[in-house]
Amino acid sequence: MRKPVGRFVPLIVFAALVVFFAVGLVWNQTHDARFVPSPLIDKPAPAFRLPRLENPTQFVTKAELLGKPYLLNVFASWCFACGDEHPTLMAYRDRFGVPLIGYDYKDAPQDARAWLQRHGDPYHEVITDQSGGTAIDFGVYGAPETYLIDAKGVIRYKHIGPLTPDVIAKELEPKIRALEGSGT
Amino acid sequence: MNPELGQVALILALLLSALQCVLPIVGAWRGSRPLMATARSLAIGQFVFVALAFGILMWSFWTNDFSVAYVAQNSNLSLPWFYKLSGVWGAHEGSLLLWMLILNLWTVALVVFGTKLPEAFFSRVIGVLGFVAFGFLLYMITTSNPFLRLLPAPASGADLNPVLQDPGLVFHPPTLYMGYVGFSVAFAFAIASLLGGELKSTWVRWARPWTNLAWGFLTLGIVAGSAWAYYELGWGGWWFWDPVENASFMPWLIGAALIHAQAITDKRDGLRAWTLLLSIFAFAFSLLGTFLVRSGLLTSVHAFAFAPARGIFILVYLAVVVGGSLLLYALRAPKVTGGKSFALASRETLMVIGNLMLTVACAMVMLGTLYPLVGEALNIGRISVGPPYFGPLFLILMTPLVLALPFGPLSRWGKADLGVWKRALIRIVALAVLAGIVAFVLRARGWYQLLGVAAATWVMAGVALFAIKRWREAPRGKRYPFEMLGMMLAHFGIGVFIAGAILTRSMSVEQDVSMKPGASVDVGAYDFHFNGVAETQGPNYRAQQGTVVITRNGKHVVTLHPQKRTYVGGQVQTEAAIQAGVFRDLYVSLGDSIGGGAWSLRVYDKPFVRWIWGGGVLMMLGGFAVVLDKRFRLKRAVEPETVRAKPEPAAPRKLAEGEA
Repeated sequence: MRKPVGRFVPLIVFAALVVFFAVGLVWNQTHDARFVPSPLIDKPAPAFRLPRLENPTQFVTKAELLGKPYLLNVFASWCFACGDEHPTLMAYRDRFGVPLIGYDYKDAPQDARAWLQRHGDPYHEVITDQSGGTAIDFGVYGAPETYLIDAKGVIRYKHIGPLTPDVIAKELEPKIRALEGSGT
Repeated sequence: MNPELGQVALILALLLSALQCVLPIVGAWRGSRPLMATARSLAIGQFVFVALAFGILMWSFWTNDFSVAYVAQNSNLSLPWFYKLSGVWGAHEGSLLLWMLILNLWTVALVVFGTKLPEAFFSRVIGVLGFVAFGFLLYMITTSNPFLRLLPAPASGADLNPVLQDPGLVFHPPTLYMGYVGFSVAFAFAIASLLGGELKSTWVRWARPWTNLAWGFLTLGIVAGSAWAYYELGWGGWWFWDPVENASFMPWLIGAALIHAQAITDKRDGLRAWTLLLSIFAFAFSLLGTFLVRSGLLTSVHAFAFAPARGIFILVYLAVVVGGSLLLYALRAPKVTGGKSFALASRETLMVIGNLMLTVACAMVMLGTLYPLVGEALNIGRISVGPPYFGPLFLILMTPLVLALPFGPLSRWGKADLGVWKRALIRIVALAVLAGIVAFVLRARGWYQLLGVAAATWVMAGVALFAIKRWREAPRGKRYPFEMLGMMLAHFGIGVFIAGAILTRSMSVEQDVSMKPGASVDVGAYDFHFNGVAETQGPNYRAQQGTVVITRNGKHVVTLHPQKRTYVGGQVQTEAAIQAGVFRDLYVSLGDSIGGGAWSLRVYDKPFVRWIWGGGVLMMLGGFAVVLDKRFRLKRAVEPETVRAKPEPAAPRKLAEGEA
């Protein structure tokens, strides 16, 4: 009835959409896992002063944490992928060799407390950033994210997305051991 | 019952679906009756195994078998029994199983009611449905297995998302899925026609009741979801242009267009290509809706960073099903399309305009829904597209539709009849203006309100004029066949909906107040008196329960008890208290304790809000009514006529047959 090309229009439009999503999906995965270049790597972590989850009247500052390396894990009770990451953190918390500090991101404190109570608390300390203001300084892209910060307060490594045993074995642990080796 | 049995049942269903997809289609292609004959038994066999798997999952919930990971994540010991059972479809894996079960129900219904379809065509239809089922089962078994074990088993599970612990939500997903999956029938009919290289308008006629039924269910599902959002989310809103809502709204829009396109193809043998395309798209959007909502893709593409297999599978599946269908369409369309043309001022033209508006509206919604995802996928940040985008655009697109709507049924098939339009126009305008004046006298103020009343009257008057016309012109007993009744119900429902939507928006009085016990606030004509908050206990939650006494002119109207619940799992959920009425709702939702005994409260007076859902229910009834029409009773039509006879052009004073 119409020009033969016309019949292919829906297919072509749809194919373009699929290609676009495929690129987005693959690009996003590879990009997330490995190539997000954080401009803050090997730069000092931003100064922060955030309330503790258990007792919001007490504050934790960057200065207090200086002196030994630690892991900062950004999570939230609303974050689906954090639930996926959670069992891994529970299993590894004592094997990292450095303290694991929870960074409760844009979350209601009571929700976060209930979440940790329900699933178990893998953290040695939890600080809260309800407004997400400090997270901007850290360049937090979304929960979950994990930062390795050395004794001098310098960000040594950043992982976007859930930590998995694989990521921990291949990327995070070598970095932690390197810090221990260098004595910082 | 052993969850592993459920797993085995799913695998067996997968194997059967593979056979169901291959054997009948090969049979139809080769003309082999033994192969075609397998269609029925394979479809029934698959149903049996999926139903078995579903039953086993339900049993695992019922018996609190927390060694099943899915049960442990979505249920716990203190959950009331009905939420335990509905917990089966409370999350991703179980929803897919429900989807599968419903697909099988529709397939079996086809097997039961489609016995008079030509064998080759029927085999292809069942084969296409088999292919759809195969993809879903494969997805479930490889990436989203509901029967995965969790060892060691926890003593009690987490909790069903408290947002979902609501009677409305027990029925919401199944009805919604009935709608989504129901479009698979029209889809299968379209693909079977393309495969066979032949499209008969009688086949479109056979697909019509299924489409109407599916659309009716989808309408009900959306209405239930909207009503639920209204009283559960505590904002008093009924539609948020939320991606999850949009996901169900897109197939609804296309489905509404498809209903009309099918009617034209059935009765006038026109718009064949359009009907085929809409059949494909209605189902494509249903698939998209299912995946978008349940995969977590909408919350964040990060959800897929964790389970990349899911995202890739979904994309490949959509690409194969939709892309394959469109390719088939592109290759085969010349064989099956064509049809009659029609005059400019005919009923077809109006229906095509309506179709275009619905389709463009769907495209608009899709763009707004997927845009933030695209933004995130490309790392340019989450761009949120909210009501400021959807609201005005939707209004602009729907205005011509609403204006044209009364004239569709009143005009004639194929031929221009400007006289009819002119007479109808004068009457409808007169009625709409009259309604506006009456509303003004009844103290309606503001152009938006008056316009709302006029628009609603416009649509309803159109239906009324049509009813009168039929009453005068058609012989007794043939005045309102079910098909026409369905159309009138649905169109009238749109009028009721417009009245509800616009009047609620323009007349609502909403206040966010902080009140100490003993304080009062005036909202509209009502006085809300706050008597403080007390603690109560539910089956699986504790609640802060407020008491608000509402009076009007000193007379007691009602005492409401809004709650703020804390569930065992720790989640907090607001439970609004509502005094529902035909003409207004009084709505109180409890916010937070501000200290000093004071609480923040949301108090609303929402006139006509029930009309929104009332209109939806009428539309649903319309969809269902059409199914009962005699027109769709399959006659013993083993060999349907090659070209459908023209709809009796010679009949004296032929009445326009209604479309739904």
